[in-house]
This record gives sequence, C-alpha cells and structure tokens, in this order.
Amino acid sequence: MDSALVSDGTYVRDTVRTSVKLLIVGHFAVGKTTLVGTLSEIRPLRTEERMTQAGALIDDLAGVPGKETTTVAMDFGRLTLSEELVLYLFGTPGQHRFTQLWHDLSRGALGALVLADTRRLEQSFDIMGFLEEQKLRYAVAINQFDGAPAFAEEELREALDLLPSTPLIFCDARDRTSSTRALITLVEYLIAVQNGSIREF
Amino acid sequence: MSAARRERALVRPHVVTGGRARPTRNIFDLVTLVMAARSDLNGLNPEKRRVLELCRGGALSVAEVAGHLSLPISVTKVLLSDLVDSGHIVTRVGGTDDGETSTRLLQEVLDGLRARL
Ligand SMILES: Nc1nc2c(ncn2[C@@H]2O[C@H](COP(=O)(O)OP(=O)(O)O)[C@@H](O)[C@H]2O)c(=O)[nH]1
Ligand SMILES: [Mg+2]
Repeated sequence: MDSALVSDGTYVRDTVRTSVKLLIVGHFAVGKTTLVGTLSEIRPLRTEERMTQAGALIDDLAGVPGKETTTVAMDFGRLTLSEELVLYLFGTPGQHRFTQLWHDLSRGALGALVLADTRRLEQSFDIMGFLEEQKLRYAVAINQFDGAPAFAEEELREALDLLPSTPLIFCDARDRTSSTRALITLVEYLIAVQNGSIREF
Repeated sequence: MSAARRERALVRPHVVTGGRARPTRNIFDLVTLVMAARSDLNGLNPEKRRVLELCRGGALSVAEVAGHLSLPISVTKVLLSDLVDSGHIVTRVGGTDDGETSTRLLQEVLDGLRARL
C-alpha cells in the first residue's frame, strides 16, 4: 500500500466514529474553492459528473447522441474536529438542482453557507431560493473582494431579502480564522433553530 | 412513468461498473466512511482493484475515494456496493440520516470549530 498516503494524513483517523457535512454554495468565482482550501486539512479533492442539460446523469457520452451535456464539478475538503468526529465541506455551484448529485449533497447535510459578492448580489437569489425549497438551513457570508462596494448590514439584508433570523456575516475566504468564524456562525444558528430559541420563519 | 424514471432510462452504464448504472443498495452517503475488510484482489476488475488498493490504507469517505481515483461519484458508489457485497469493503460510519440531526452532534461540531480559532 502507498505508505506515503498514510503518513501524510490522507486517511481518516481510526478513532473517528461520526462524519458530517456542510455545503458551501454560491455562484461562479465567489470563493467556494478558496474557502474549502483554506479550511481543509487534506489537499482539496474534486469530482466531476457529466449530465445532460435536463439533469440526467450520464456515465457514457456515446449513450446520449445529440444531447447537450454539462460537467458539474464540486470540490471538497475535510476537517477533523475531534478524535471521533470529522466534518466535510462540499463546495458546489448548485446549478444541478434536479440531479442525483444534488440529492447526494443535500441529504443529511447539517446546513449550508451561502457565499455572496456585493458586486453580484442578484446571482445569489436563485441559490437561496433553492435551499429554501430543499428545507436546508443556511447562513450568508459576504466575501469582501477588493474594490467591491461596501454596504451596511441592513442594506445587504434588504437587498438579499433575508429573514430577520438568517445570519449575515462578512468573511475573507482566504483567511482561516475568518472562514472558521463563518462556519461557527452557521452552526450556532443551526443549534438555535433546533433548540427553538430562534424561529426560522 | 415518472420524470425521475425517464431520466434514469437515459443512463447508460459505464463499462467499469460491469453494466450497472446504480448500486444494488443505496447505503452510501457522500461522507460514509469505508475501509477494506479483505486485501486479496483475486477476481476483481482493474477499477475494483484500484478502489481496494486505496481503501487498504485506512478509512476514507465515499467522496474521497471518488476524488482520489478521479471517478464520478455515481460510478464509485456502484464499485463500492459490489465490494461490500463481496466482503472486500466495510462501511465504518454513516453520514447522518434523513432525520433531524441531534443538538448534541451540532454542539460537538461547534466545539470542534471553536477549538480551531
Ligand atoms: N478579496 C477576496 N478574494 C477572494 C476571496 N475568496 C476568493 N477570492 C478570490 O476570488 C477568485 C475566485 O475564487 P474561487 O474560490 O475560485 O471561486 P469559486 O468559483 O466559487 O470556487 C480567486 O482568485 C480567489 O483568490 C475573498 O474572500 N476575498
Ligand atoms: Mg470553484
């Protein structure tokens, strides 16, 4: 066996008993890959699935002559949170809403962090609407890009049409502490909703 | 025929999965951890050998197996399902079920994240 893989921490520790996942979603170039890479303890991995435009998964292009196909990629990373628990982060554009891949991603996910860019807020509407349809709880993190307009939190809440309970945070996906805080805010919210201490709608 | 069924009819099995497009059982979440239970490679096709060779080193999630081997998730699940059936692979822990996640688990996630600051 490849002992290099063992020694460099490729494998999950023997003591781990539980694995959970969070989704990192948002439009193209909003910082998903960056955030996963900033937080992951393993070199981030990537998988690709080919599907027809209609969303059917295809394993063999030859099987669907004349069909337009798209490739849906996602990247993901891993954080060992304790001796017994690992967290996986899946970065995904969410443009594959009717597919098996989306079902795989959302099933059992604890929640989602929506990344947004103040230069293109409208591009986040679709994904937030979709998460709501899927009953997946989310927090929104504004990634602050150089030269992007700065808005007050209240303006952003209004522009994004956020519920009063939905957390809105500012984040730099290149920074480990900042990205970790964004996830902490999300998980605190998930706990508060679960406890009934804040109302979701 | 349902829309989902019609989509499925379009699926053409990939050769590496031995003619099937989906696993016999849907036991795998993307974060289900799998590891090798047997190390003999006899009778396995090359793709299954690659999966088993990777999984002999320790536990990995289904998604990581797919990523390391550059295989689509769908194909990876079929291969793993066969390898579970033949006793080569065991699942160690599942992802969470469709049901509500416990507050205790969320608290453990929170504690683990806070400890990284
Ligand atoms: N200033 C700034 N740049 C960022 C941030 N996050 C990502 N970027 C940059 O934005 C570009 C696109 O990011 P990427 O992670 O590939 O986006 P993705 O398409 O959502 O995966 C890269 O050049 C990143 O370095 C951020 O929080 N702040
Ligand atoms: Mg990306």
